[in-house]
Amino acid sequence: MKILVALKRVADPDNANKVKIPASGEKIDTTGLEWKPNPFDEYALEAALRLTENGTQPKVRAGEVVVVTFGPKETETTLRAALATGADRAIRVDASDDKLDGDLVARALKALVEKEKPDVVLMGKQAVDGDSNQVGQILAELLDWPMATFAATIREEAGALLVGREVDGGVSTLRVKLPAVVTVDLRIVAPTSVYSTKTPSTHKYNDGVRFAALPAIMAAKKKPLVEVKLADLAPDQALKVSYHGFAAPPARKAGIKVKDVSELVSKLKNEAKVL
Amino acid sequence: MADVLVVAEVAEGKLKKTTHSAITFAQKAAAAIGGTFSILVIGDGAGKAAAEAQGFGAAKILVVEDASLKNYLAERYTPTVAAVAKGYGVVVGTASAYGKDLLPRVAARLGAGYASDITEVTPENGNLRYKRPMFAGNAFGICSISTPIQVVSVRQSAFAAAEPTGGQSPVETVAYAGPSKAAERVEFVSFDQVKSARPELTEARVVVSGGRALKEKFNQVLDPLADVLGAAVGASRAACDAGYAPSDLQVGQTGKIVAPQLYFAIGISGAIQHLAGMKGSKVIVAINKDADAPIFQVADYGLVADLFTTVPELVKGIQAAKG
Repeated sequence: MKILVALKRVADPDNANKVKIPASGEKIDTTGLEWKPNPFDEYALEAALRLTENGTQPKVRAGEVVVVTFGPKETETTLRAALATGADRAIRVDASDDKLDGDLVARALKALVEKEKPDVVLMGKQAVDGDSNQVGQILAELLDWPMATFAATIREEAGALLVGREVDGGVSTLRVKLPAVVTVDLRIVAPTSVYSTKTPSTHKYNDGVRFAALPAIMAAKKKPLVEVKLADLAPDQALKVSYHGFAAPPARKAGIKVKDVSELVSKLKNEAKVL
Repeated sequence: MADVLVVAEVAEGKLKKTTHSAITFAQKAAAAIGGTFSILVIGDGAGKAAAEAQGFGAAKILVVEDASLKNYLAERYTPTVAAVAKGYGVVVGTASAYGKDLLPRVAARLGAGYASDITEVTPENGNLRYKRPMFAGNAFGICSISTPIQVVSVRQSAFAAAEPTGGQSPVETVAYAGPSKAAERVEFVSFDQVKSARPELTEARVVVSGGRALKEKFNQVLDPLADVLGAAVGASRAACDAGYAPSDLQVGQTGKIVAPQLYFAIGISGAIQHLAGMKGSKVIVAINKDADAPIFQVADYGLVADLFTTVPELVKGIQAAKG
């Protein structure tokens, strides 16, 4: 199986420095924040690795995992890290973050998919910076491929994937015949979430994503990483969604600490009047 | 900019409550651009559900029913929704699992721009501006869409459910446009519903959420409190990951976004991903053993205490207070 994994580098909002909005509201200031791969995309990579191996012999890859990111030169760090954990090849589409929207990324990915011809495109359900949750769905429609969004489990079958999706009120299970687009949710990296046809059903993975060992990090430096121009994939680079300004969320006024349950109940009843 | 089309969410012959938030958006947006709004009711039992779309002031209620729409699949719904959308300037649904799955696909089919999880809409020089949360709710972006048709999903907690005010909208039946080619390669297998007698998390007036600290006693501790308050039960990601609560209950950036009148965070430390899902709540109560837990920074009332002894006391206290 050949899998294309789309990985985005994001400024980690889960950081003591937090994102800041200057008074002018002209941008989101991410100074002091660490760059890291979007967690959902890291989970997608882990799922791709699990789908292309026998879980009991994770060093042998059955198929190919190609990772792609959109961004400036320094995003190659993210790609090298993905290569170190087991991806075979990497593609960087040279682009500037502020000149992209979900639609443009999906159109460029479509062109890349037509060239690479993967059986599956995997990515996170959303990136934790823009929180848009759209690229996988748009890509699936542009390709006229079936999709399974918000995947919590994936079982490989002959020529298909059986996908358990986390939706409102329960789990919806779909069978998608390949090629298909799958976007993943948090629990895709649980120990029994993903099985290739090669992995015995008794196998349990470690919880979470795998980490690269030092020799693999060294070896990743020699794995192929190519740069592609955005214009070669998407000649029309007009954005459909543009941002005019940014604002900080309204601050909650600091509350109080109550000393015991009876004070809490009294406040809820008499002050907040919510009981 | 013409008119607004609401894509309703239908389940078992009923209009889902999520639809009412999209209707509120449509009422505001239509007023802002000087147009009307219509409601597209598509799915199994749409004809029956359409009656519930009456009374909101829609110009039309469009009904699409077909045997092949029984179990929702984006690949089957998209061509019809997109075909109907061609007569409108703005297409809106609520950012539920259904809306988030379907609407970007519809946008792609229309070559339209898509903005998700809108919390505010305002007119601006004949166009609309949308406010949407980013970075786990630590920033809001104000954006606009430049395509002739705009597709948006709205955050349910940011648009109060529309109330019917009377009047009848004409109902039109629209033919099912057929599946897309992709539909040949996707098959609905099953839906395992989590059954609960409690109110829906996103619609409850009170939400009681628990964290990993509750361990196996998650339900034992929280159920009595939820019962006395008539509350929905939520959970932190850590509690879901550890298996103490079903994933469907997760409140946070990537789970459910809630904004009830009263929110209890019990044994939840308050990671930003969790805060992103609940800090719009009107009154927040936090109970945690750790006085430095970040949850206290957003809580209106904080109580530093052991939750295993405190919550049962609280249940009794609330019972007494309610008489």
